[in-house]
Amino acid sequence: MIHRFLPLLVTTAVLVVGFLLCAAQFPNFASLRVVGNLLTDNAFLGITAVGMTFVILSGGIDLSVGAVIGFTTVLLAVLIEQGGWHPLSAFAVALAVAGGFGAAMGAVIHVFQMPPFIVTLAGMFVARGLGFVLSTDSIPINHPLYAELGDLALRFDGGGKLTLPALLMLGVVAAAVVCAHWTRFGANLYALGGNRQSAELMGVPVGRTTVAVYALSGLLAGLAGIVFSLYTGAGYSLAATGVELDTITAVVIGGTQLTGGYGYVIGTFIGVLIQGLIQTYITFDGSLSSWWTKIAIGVLLFVFILLQKGLLAVWTGRGGTPAEA
Amino acid sequence: MTRSAPGPSRNLPQYGALAAVLLANWLLFPDFFSIRLQDGRLFGSLIDVLNRGAPVALLAIGMTMVIATRGVDLSVGAVMAISGAVAATLTQAGWGLAPVLAAALGAGLLCGLWNGLLVAVLRIQPIVATLILMVAGRGIAQLVTEGQIVTFTSPGLAFIGSGSFLTVPMPVVITAVLLGVTALLVRTTALGLMIEAVGVNRLSSAGAGVNTPVVLVAVYVWCGLCAAVAGLVVAADIRGADANNAGLWLELDAILAVVVGGTSLLGGRFGLLLSVVGALTIQAMNTGILLSGFKPEFNLIVKAGVLMVVLLLQSPTLTLFLPRPGPRPVRPPTPPRGKPESPSPSAGA
Repeated sequence: MIHRFLPLLVTTAVLVVGFLLCAAQFPNFASLRVVGNLLTDNAFLGITAVGMTFVILSGGIDLSVGAVIGFTTVLLAVLIEQGGWHPLSAFAVALAVAGGFGAAMGAVIHVFQMPPFIVTLAGMFVARGLGFVLSTDSIPINHPLYAELGDLALRFDGGGKLTLPALLMLGVVAAAVVCAHWTRFGANLYALGGNRQSAELMGVPVGRTTVAVYALSGLLAGLAGIVFSLYTGAGYSLAATGVELDTITAVVIGGTQLTGGYGYVIGTFIGVLIQGLIQTYITFDGSLSSWWTKIAIGVLLFVFILLQKGLLAVWTGRGGTPAEA
Repeated sequence: MTRSAPGPSRNLPQYGALAAVLLANWLLFPDFFSIRLQDGRLFGSLIDVLNRGAPVALLAIGMTMVIATRGVDLSVGAVMAISGAVAATLTQAGWGLAPVLAAALGAGLLCGLWNGLLVAVLRIQPIVATLILMVAGRGIAQLVTEGQIVTFTSPGLAFIGSGSFLTVPMPVVITAVLLGVTALLVRTTALGLMIEAVGVNRLSSAGAGVNTPVVLVAVYVWCGLCAAVAGLVVAADIRGADANNAGLWLELDAILAVVVGGTSLLGGRFGLLLSVVGALTIQAMNTGILLSGFKPEFNLIVKAGVLMVVLLLQSPTLTLFLPRPGPRPVRPPTPPRGKPESPSPSAGA
């Protein structure tokens, strides 16, 4: 069974080795403070990537998540600052809107049998457009609760702390692991992604699962939007552009196959951390320019895809295959 | 699979959409169709639509054939940035026009070759394969310009973006020429048929003797070339290269243009001219929204609305209820999703 987990093991090994190399070069790297910041800075990305993992496991893709994050931050800012709402009720509305938006896309994909790629592309336009319509300016959020939530953290000795966004991300990842591997919904998801026709014949509720998975992705993107607004203290319709690609990259690096049906949520989490690690390293180094982040992530993406392809060839060559049906 | 563009009736929705948008623009803005000649160049809103629509139209030409093979090229925006960066940097370094153009186009060909090899030889899913260059390509473009906006004053290169040939703006001329050359290449030879065959069923077409890897590589290389030309046009227009923003999100506009043009994302039959019509429809909408005094914020929502309508018209579920005139390609009721090429690599060509 070891080879089932091989992509995951390789991803984990890359993270550990990368971290050790960084720590060897910069002694301050291996501190709780750096690790805590790594988790906080990538919290919104991690939360979004969990939703993306579910969508990709089901054989789809969701290009709208970045736009939903941007829209959520604007919606929160408008409701709290201009509407005078309490942040908690604004959070509830934002989550409901984001989840409903995802569910609507899922319904369109299922009912009209349209490619998820293009439906969620349209969803991306709609969400960005709605954000623009609400406000084109960056609106600062000055509610006292935001300052309180920003201070909320588990503190450790030596200046390290787990902030609320980081805790939320860890909670979401833990809940998602349980959901993917120990619930009926998770089993349906893998079945749907593995082979749609077989899943249908086995009695998997294809329509309900499709709608639910896009609703979940929208909901998590909404949660990521809340985290993002806590993190930046503002709402801006152009926030989080390109996050959809960062999350897809994290999912692929994490060992999930974009064809669906095979992968692990925890791998995505590690993929997010690897991307964060590269960025932190470049910040630490100081002399490297920011574009090396993009090139390094592109190279990593290529290496991991090759690795997956190689493993798949070995499996199918042997006849026994855990990955693709 | 029949060849594309059989009767006018099938393509009526696409031309109708463009005509409707233009008509709406004319109603909102009576001067829309007025064209005047000034300093040896045509001016007017209609010319503006053609001129500003040129980059997306150029991308759409290459993208159409990629989509016809049931692929997609997400890297075209990044390739635009690379070609613009190469052209601007070399021009600033004092190179002549011909070597600059050759280098920029060569960069596009190389990018296309890379994508094509990943898709055809390593058999990586097109979305993933081209995602690599989409992520890394913009980094490469920034590497070329060293993170700065490189400007140039060479009149030769600037002519590509803002000059005119026989009173027609150069971007329009370039788009028309590239469209003509591409159409000639794929429609007077068997290449177009092979592209459609690969898109409908890669394994069967390989079995029927089509050299699928060569067809796929050729299609991605051509798409890279189209993107490089678009990058040159944009860089020449603003007389500079901005590696961060050149061609940003244009890959999505190009895909949108192809879909509005009626080419199915599931591969197969394609129409080059229709994709250009799709690109112009999108641009005419943008121009119309600007002219009508609506806030440009509504632009994206309108775009999404049009996209959804066009998609719904193509949806297999809906076409069951809407009988169309003329023969339609037979398509299975549930399009295979997820794994277009699931069989093991050894089973292929």
